[in-house]
Amino acid sequence: MSDLETFRAETRAWLEENVPASMREPVRSEADVNWGGRRADYSKNPDQKLYMERMATRGWTVPDWPKEYGGGGLSPAETKILREEMRRINARNPLNSFGISMLGPALLKYGTEEQKLEHLPKIARGEIRWCQGYSEPGAGSDLAGLQTWAEDAGDHYIVNGQKVWTSYADKADWIFCLVRTSKESKQGGISFVLFDMESDGVSTKPILLISGYSPFCETFFDDVKVPKANRIHDENKGWDVAKYLLGHEREMISGMGLSTSSGNPLIDGAIATVGLDKDGRLADPILRAQLALFEVRAKAFTAMSERFIDELKAGRAHPAQPSMMKYYGTELNKSRNELAMAAGGSDALDWDSEQSNGGAASRAWLRSKGNSIEGGTSEIQLNIIAKRILELPST
Amino acid sequence: MPLYLNDEQTMLADTAKDFVAEHAPVKHLRELRDAGDSTGFSRDLWKQFAEMGFTGILIPETDGGLGLGNVEAGVVLEEIGRNLSPSPFLSTAVAAVEALKHSPQRDRWFPGIVSGETVAAIAIDEKAKHGTGIAMKAERSGNGFRLTGSKQFVTHGHVADLVLVAARTAGSADDKDGITLFAVPKDAANMTADPRRLADSSLASHLAFDGVEVDADAVIGEVDQGAGPLRALLSAGRTGASAEMLGVGGGAMDMTFDYLKERKQFGAHLGSFQALQHRAAHLYSEMEVARAAVLKAQQLLDAGSEEAEGAVSVAKAMTGLATTLAVQEGVQMHGGIGMTDEYDIGFYMKRARVLAEMFGDANYHADQLARAAGY
Repeated sequence: MSDLETFRAETRAWLEENVPASMREPVRSEADVNWGGRRADYSKNPDQKLYMERMATRGWTVPDWPKEYGGGGLSPAETKILREEMRRINARNPLNSFGISMLGPALLKYGTEEQKLEHLPKIARGEIRWCQGYSEPGAGSDLAGLQTWAEDAGDHYIVNGQKVWTSYADKADWIFCLVRTSKESKQGGISFVLFDMESDGVSTKPILLISGYSPFCETFFDDVKVPKANRIHDENKGWDVAKYLLGHEREMISGMGLSTSSGNPLIDGAIATVGLDKDGRLADPILRAQLALFEVRAKAFTAMSERFIDELKAGRAHPAQPSMMKYYGTELNKSRNELAMAAGGSDALDWDSEQSNGGAASRAWLRSKGNSIEGGTSEIQLNIIAKRILELPST
Repeated sequence: MPLYLNDEQTMLADTAKDFVAEHAPVKHLRELRDAGDSTGFSRDLWKQFAEMGFTGILIPETDGGLGLGNVEAGVVLEEIGRNLSPSPFLSTAVAAVEALKHSPQRDRWFPGIVSGETVAAIAIDEKAKHGTGIAMKAERSGNGFRLTGSKQFVTHGHVADLVLVAARTAGSADDKDGITLFAVPKDAANMTADPRRLADSSLASHLAFDGVEVDADAVIGEVDQGAGPLRALLSAGRTGASAEMLGVGGGAMDMTFDYLKERKQFGAHLGSFQALQHRAAHLYSEMEVARAAVLKAQQLLDAGSEEAEGAVSVAKAMTGLATTLAVQEGVQMHGGIGMTDEYDIGFYMKRARVLAEMFGDANYHADQLARAAGY
């Protein structure tokens, strides 16, 4: 057996042994997603904690990070095998976190050794839950126009300002945050800092969305003291870190275009409401055609995701390719939700009934509309593709 | 296996790119068309393909070929597509070879394919849309069979040395079983070809089989069991057509983006207008996704995976959709000159339409996927 075949066999055996049965069930709601953190409540589902800890022991919450920072030290090929083997038994993601998908890669690239050792292992073990302080009321698509001010106070900054659309700010332990340290230059006056959300002067206020949920917050900073040691990369060089991190954020959001479960709830839902005709075809031929053509794109995008990750790990992906992934994946997810609503008919309109699992379909449909806005709108992604990949001229 | 070309495949791609661009650029197609060429391709070029080893790319080394896979065949097909090169490569070196690979017939036909002497044609469709059943009859007669019926959309059918014909030896037109695949040599009596010039200036025949007698050894695989070799033929043909479409769509896209960078109106490059930038970026995204789908299908086919057939349908449908967008945007963004015969972009539109239709269009394959998924 080759080394990789041995690795696959060992991985398969270990997962069979160590992934609790309840962690092989499909994710039904937000409560089934483990975000970790100081305030995580595992009382209703102790398996979540057990599973995360077992995976973290092997470094498999972040399989491709170096071992010294809590990772598994796996090669791209081994990481792919681990994911394939997890998918094979429908194992859930042991730990979902902006620390893993966004901050970690930026720290690995730009952090000092001390900063890496301080923060990465806690991310890997799910001890600290992170949120992202990027957008501001006056800086959305034009992110570099941000105004949150970090006043130089010797060995620390005093931060004042407001962020918005801060995902789960009310649940997070720490924030990675873009602040202005110079007014001389727009992009060249931004610094990237980390601080504890329990610091004096930090407050959050959830925003009620059209889905009826409040995953996002307004976040306020009132004379927050941030040690300079918590700055990543040089002062006024934060935009480099920010852009690098955004690439990883887009990569993560593009995953929304992927079908997450082993079955196909969209098709199952359509069959349940519309039924099959005598030839075994969906009884509504136009809905069937729409679903079938959607599935072509969805399956092709699944291949694209595999290709993108393989190319990324091999250093072959264009640096702006996450923008394409983000654009395509989020538009696909919106289409999926529109089709799910059409397939579900009036049943899918329920907002809070028990039968509808608390209005899961209608709320997911509305939530999906934000996919093509958060992390840079579809239009911003198309701008980036046109300029950086296609190298079309600017005006 | 990572989903990108390995080093050997990348080298082959570079070789194929240079070779096809040098020997069969779009100008070659235009010259054949303008000369009223009645063969449909250049036999000299086919010989050159053989000298490069391309014609035997899927033929096992023990049979004198290169023993490579669908990924490598696709690499060559993409360049054929990019240059719109008229070539019997897809029907002969890909579809026919995959059908014959596990049959004793390979001893008869592979040497000629390897040497660039032999051209094969594929006769499956009987109606204007692919997949509408096989009604052509093959009745036992003497030591062999007697074929009666008609086929259409048979590329190179009027000049092929070998025609692969799917015919019915049992059951009725819509049955999946009861089909037998035959290798019919060109000199078979009572087989007549009516070559039609298609929109892309290629030649595809309507073939009439008016009691064509073939020996028993013309059967590929087993009698009534043609579904197996037919599936091998179609999977390779569909994947190959997808790869060729990647080249057609990619070529149209590159030509269009170059034009956006050159052409000025209102004192600015067309490519600086956001209305066009966003459409260009959307097109790029569709083509990238299509490329991934094709490579996935090729790799699964080469690995003999059970998931290959579905992946092939995804690839054929997705490249059909993406390439259709590429050529439509290509003509539109070129504006008036995009409508002229003098400019090449129109050739891309025509070729894309032919390939989109070949071996089943996007709707056909979406339908196949839906059936397989139980709706």
